[in-house]
Amino acid sequence: MIQENILLTIVLAPLLAAIVAGLAGRVVGRIGAHTVTIAGVALSFALSAYVLKQLLDGVPTYDGSVYTWLVSDGIRMEVGFLIDRLTALMMVVVTFVSLCVHVYTIGYMHDDPGYQRFFSYISLFTFSMLMLVMSNNFLQLFFGWEAVGVVSYLLIGFWYTRPTAIFANLKAFLVNRVGDFGFVLGIAGIVYYTGSLDYSTVFGARDLIAADTMQIFPGVEWQAITVVCISLFIGAMGKSAQVPLHVWLPDSMEGPTPISALIHAATMVTAGIFMVARMSPLFELSETALNMVLFIGATTAFFMGLLGIVNNDIKRVIAYSTLSQLGYMTVGLGASAYSGAIFHLMTHAFFKALLFLAAGSVIIGMHHEQDMRKMGGLKKYMPITYWTALIGSIALIAVPGTSGFFSKDALIEAVHESQLSMAPYAYWCVLLGVFVTAFYSFRLVFMTFHGAERFHADEHHKPHESPWVVTVPLILLAIPSLVIGWLTIQPILFGDYFGTAISVLPAHDVLGHVKEEFHGPALFVLHAFTGVPVYLAAAGVLAAWYLYIKRPDLPGQIATRVSVLYKLLANKFYFDEIYQAVFAGGSRGLGNALWRVGDVALIDGGMVNGSARVVGWLSGLLRHLQSGYLYHYAFAMIIGLSALLAWYVLR
Amino acid sequence: MIPLHSVLLLAGLLFALSVAGIFLNRKNVILLLMCIELMLLAVNFNFVAFARQLGDLHGQVFVFFIMTVAAAESAIGLAILVVLFRERRSIDVEELDTMKG
Repeated sequence: MIQENILLTIVLAPLLAAIVAGLAGRVVGRIGAHTVTIAGVALSFALSAYVLKQLLDGVPTYDGSVYTWLVSDGIRMEVGFLIDRLTALMMVVVTFVSLCVHVYTIGYMHDDPGYQRFFSYISLFTFSMLMLVMSNNFLQLFFGWEAVGVVSYLLIGFWYTRPTAIFANLKAFLVNRVGDFGFVLGIAGIVYYTGSLDYSTVFGARDLIAADTMQIFPGVEWQAITVVCISLFIGAMGKSAQVPLHVWLPDSMEGPTPISALIHAATMVTAGIFMVARMSPLFELSETALNMVLFIGATTAFFMGLLGIVNNDIKRVIAYSTLSQLGYMTVGLGASAYSGAIFHLMTHAFFKALLFLAAGSVIIGMHHEQDMRKMGGLKKYMPITYWTALIGSIALIAVPGTSGFFSKDALIEAVHESQLSMAPYAYWCVLLGVFVTAFYSFRLVFMTFHGAERFHADEHHKPHESPWVVTVPLILLAIPSLVIGWLTIQPILFGDYFGTAISVLPAHDVLGHVKEEFHGPALFVLHAFTGVPVYLAAAGVLAAWYLYIKRPDLPGQIATRVSVLYKLLANKFYFDEIYQAVFAGGSRGLGNALWRVGDVALIDGGMVNGSARVVGWLSGLLRHLQSGYLYHYAFAMIIGLSALLAWYVLR
Repeated sequence: MIPLHSVLLLAGLLFALSVAGIFLNRKNVILLLMCIELMLLAVNFNFVAFARQLGDLHGQVFVFFIMTVAAAESAIGLAILVVLFRERRSIDVEELDTMKG
């Protein structure tokens, strides 16, 4: 039996630490702030691991409410926990990555005046994400969802004196609002059809939703389940940065690097993936929604990866890589390989956090230079950073045997098996994505760590290896990046690890097909060499090596040769420009029009000044009647009296 | 006995005369006061005539009241007139137009 106290401690420890570090930051000082937050997250991690162990030992799933907030018309709004193996896995990943980031932050934010504030925020971030994943009802899920959004807003704009950071956090917040709107509609649909917010009740009543139809546009019947699932998925698109709501993620690089790692690896962006996996009983019932998920995910996976090729900011390249990898996870969800998506989420959390922290380490070493064109040859200055970044990269491009390989290859196989109508498109996208991923990852490695030294540093400003608080988390993350896939693929993907936490209809059971081919991790590795992805990845690495080590003059030539394509990529497919023009410009235009017509013309001009003017004009007319002569008034009275009498008599 | 309609006719004539006096007269405020008195008297005629016709004393009682009030009113009116004359050195109605909008 999982004890409620343990669960409460897991959630509340980071919150408490955040409050102490945030509100009493001056009192506890820098050391106090990082001690208390790291202790809080470490406690959460230890207890999460304990909970996971309990579940692995066969302790039954915990599903219970700890507090009833309110009951309205029979709908109970509660705070509660649903702890099954899916949740426990997420909890461990979140707290582990968060712990590494906390430790790393000591080194990265060393000179920052907002030290305590930063620790408070990242602890709060952990708390929000834990609330999100541990929830057993939609309301708490939504709370975590929004809390994560708010804290990401605070963190992206952490350096609030920079206009770009303020722009980026506003953008992240607004784009997420669009997604959240869909999410709220989805939750509303669920409450409408089932009258409950509780997961188990809703999943139990899923046939009720499936049986119903609704008309969004007159004359077009929609399956209610499709509408609900697509609405929920729009929420996931916002949080997990899927096309077309991905625009906030690259801009979120304006925040300090540790939070980039936290946002991209453990918290925030994984929320959408987790949510869809959690809602697998619902999504399974709607092929339309699954097709949409596949399409969006595949588009994100391939096209966002392409953008990583042309970017020169080390963090942004990794950001586009995150977009692309999230696309892979979404494709997995669409193909009903939920456990595959969660598996990739987990491996990705490790190697992406690793890559970000390594990039941060490079940025520290380069004295806050992020442009890869001004790096090169850093390998000999920063050996630990180099090797860990290399491990992260090979995991990312799925070199056989690394963690990324197992998850990504399984996903590609799963998509290949999928029978949905979007599956062929998705398959090609993820397949080509492998080449793109390999290319940009090793472009990053080569440009940063190999080749000519393109920075100009005197003796005092030579690049240097980072302190141990930075390198230890790198090593800690490098280990699971290498081995976690090998160790856990068997139970998570092909075993019965998730049990009832994820439900897949037999018709959609793509992983079941993959399973028939699976005979242990070693053979899975060997089997990979008979497939295309490995060679695509190798080709990507070779291409990157040729272009950035052997012939560094070529990329520039290619860029001028196909300048249309290059411009398209360099401008990120013009998403930002279109959004600026259409949505930002449109709403500003609408606001302007409303201001001019509604406010200035109608309210100010018509109602306020207009009524005054009418009164003035009328009294201007009437004052001519006021001659001041008594006999005129008397005459008017007589006329009035006679008129009244005449009316009375003649009536 | 004088028939009712003759009395009413007289009263009406008196009333019309006074009304005409009020807005035809452009010179003298005293004339205005006199016209108002005349109006009240015309009304009194009506009261008395109907009181007699209907055999009801109420009308005549009213007449007494009206005469009292009229006396008071003309006293006040004349007092105002005196003050007005002191202020403006004129009681010309044409010049009393400070109320003009």
